[in-house]
Parts: sequence; C-alpha cells; structure tokens
Amino acid sequence: MKRRLCSHCGEAFANISISRKNKHLCRCCFYNYLEDTVHQTIVEEKLFQPGERIAIGASGGKDSTVLAYVLKLLNERYEYHWDLWLLSVDEGIHGYRDDSLRTVEQNRDDYNLPLYVVSYSELYDWTMDQVVSQIGRKSNCTFCGVFRRQALDKGAKKIQASVLATGHNADDIAETILLNLLRGDHARLSRSNMNKSGMSEEEESCCSNTLRRVKPLKDIYEKEIVMYAYFKKLKYFATECIYAPFAYRGHAREYLKRLERIRPHSISDIIYSLSCLHIKDAEQRQVQQQCILCHSISSQKICKACQLKASLDKGQGISAIHR
Amino acid sequence: MLRIELEFGGGLESLTGGNKVVPVEFSEEQLTLDRVIDYIRTNLIKEKHEYFVQGEYVRPGILVLINDVDWELEGKTRYVVQQGDRITFISTLHGG
Repeated sequence: MKRRLCSHCGEAFANISISRKNKHLCRCCFYNYLEDTVHQTIVEEKLFQPGERIAIGASGGKDSTVLAYVLKLLNERYEYHWDLWLLSVDEGIHGYRDDSLRTVEQNRDDYNLPLYVVSYSELYDWTMDQVVSQIGRKSNCTFCGVFRRQALDKGAKKIQASVLATGHNADDIAETILLNLLRGDHARLSRSNMNKSGMSEEEESCCSNTLRRVKPLKDIYEKEIVMYAYFKKLKYFATECIYAPFAYRGHAREYLKRLERIRPHSISDIIYSLSCLHIKDAEQRQVQQQCILCHSISSQKICKACQLKASLDKGQGISAIHR
Repeated sequence: MLRIELEFGGGLESLTGGNKVVPVEFSEEQLTLDRVIDYIRTNLIKEKHEYFVQGEYVRPGILVLINDVDWELEGKTRYVVQQGDRITFISTLHGG
C-alpha cells in the first residue's frame, strides 16, 4: 500500500490518523496539533495565570506524564513563568503505588520539576492495604476515590498551589458521563457537566475560596495521548491497580472504545450531548461548608473522608458505604 | 521466510511474559496482519486472551502501529506484512 502524506504539511508521510477531524498527520504536525490543542484550552478558558503555582496531579501513568511534559513545554515556549509542581498521592498499595511513584520520581528528574508526595497513612492513619484487609475488595475503590480527592486538595494547599491540574482526557470525561447515566445518578451526571473552563459546575461554584481544579487535556483523546507518549518515548507506568476491578466502570470503558471504533466522533458527541442537557432538580446546590473535623470544604458538617475514616477506625468500614 | 518484529507496550507485555519485543518468523511468502494477530493469540499469549483479542478483532482500546504508522492508515487487518516489519501493539486501557 502506498503511504499517505500528512494532510497538514503535505511533505512528510503520515503517522497517525485523527479520524474525528478527518486528518492524518506526520509526527511533527501531530506534536504541534496536540500541543496547540492543549494551549488553546488553557488560553481560551483561562485555566492558569502567568506566574502562578500549579500542582500537577501525577500518578506516573500516561495521562499525567503527558500533562507534565506538555505543561513544561508550553511554559518554556510561551514564557508563562508558571511554577509547576508534581503532586502525588501515596495510597499505600504495596506492589503498585510504590512502583508507580518511582516513575513519578523519574518524571521529577527528567523534567526537573519539584515533587511533593502526600500519603493516606499520614492523612488518615490508614493505607489502602489496611483498608482492603478490613473491608475486602468490594467497595475499596469508593474509599480510595474519596480519600484521593481530598488528599490532592490537602497536598495542593500544603505546597501553596492555587490550581490543581489533572490528566483527565476526553475519553475519561465521556466515560464518567456514560457511567453516571447508566447508574441513573443524575446528581453526578449534572456535576460531570463541563463548563467552558474545564471545571465541573460544582467545582466552579466553590472555587472562589478554594483550590481550582482544571483538566487541560479535556479535548485530547486517549489514543492521541498514548501515541504522543509513544513517539516522544516518554516513560510511564502502565499497570492496573491490584485492587481495581473497576467492574462497572470497566464495562462503560469497553463500550466507549467499541463505539469509538465504529464512530470516532462518539466521544466528543457524548460530551457535547451532556452540555446540551438541562437536568431537573440539579439546580439545588448543596451549600459548601467547612468540615468540623478536618476543615476541608464539604457539603456536610463532617466530610465524606472523615466519615469513612471514622467507620474504619471503629472497624465498621463497609457499613459506611451503604448509608 | 518472513521475519518480523512484534512489540508490546502499555501493559500488554504482561500477556507475553514481560517480553516487550518478540521476533517471529513465518514460513509463508505472503500474509496479512490478521494472520499475525491470530499467531500472537495462539502462540505468544498464555492466558487472558480476551485482553488482546475479542472475537475476530484486536480488543478496542489497543493501538496498532506498523513501522510506527497508525494501522488505520495501512488497511488494518488487511495490511500485507513485509519483510522486516515492526508491528507494535499498545494498550490504552491502563491507569491514568
């Protein structure tokens, strides 16, 4: 078969098909395409201010590795003087997180960025290994998700970052929408509605007094992230968490990938569809307050993380999930 | 004799016993990529075959490159394998 030329420069052979855009690009034009798309998101949606301290949620996986690499590159290219930090959470999962943290340390050295690690054991006196030994493998991801969200908040506060950038890509966002739809979780479905700044509505409503959370890769497909990391030879950690069967999410994920194969547009179409929906009852905003125990922002008097920790401390971990 | 190199990444190497690069030889003069995929399933992968193929097809979410070119530009499974080709399979499904 005769090789096709890049649809952008017309000079080099194409390496990657961006089918949703009807483009096929050579390596060089693909790098530019991805970096420009991220830059456009940052500029148009005013994600960052020049000179501000940005915490990059870094797991050592492909998304956060590409995010750190691209933010560093854009920072130098456009002289934004962002103060970029890597922020990692150590969940205390032996044989998984200890290995992936080594990848983050590699990122720290390769990209010359400071790294701060916050651990569940220091924040909650519980490692995920200990949580799983108490509650088993059924709802462990719920604990981990609640703890991680707060751990990132606390870590960002500790290093005095004003914004937390995470590596969520378009596939992740579409997957979460699909998952909430399939679960009939209209509250979360409404919250997963991205506004222009790449924050969910909930996140924006409380961002005046707390950390901003942004997703600079929200317009980038997973395929593009993996191709970028592959061509650029970026080192990342690609092992599934030993405790994450992610049963239901896994189905949503596979379904999405099958849709994408039939129709590459599907992912952006799902995100677009949600942005057009007006969800009844979703207007009732929960009032944000400070948790009376740990002072983090919460919708209840005692935040979810403190509630979960309390039931673990009492040895009733699993019952906290079913309330 | 057709000699090619298979490369596995993004976590897929766990299916081939940790081998990221596997050189293989085929006695056929000519074969298409679907035959190579079938060969991998039958001969290289010991367990969890469904992580690599589903039905007749490579599992959705696995990227395939032929000499660093997206297989979508090369006719996918109908691609006619050439001497010395490097076929890369990368999973996008792991971690974030």
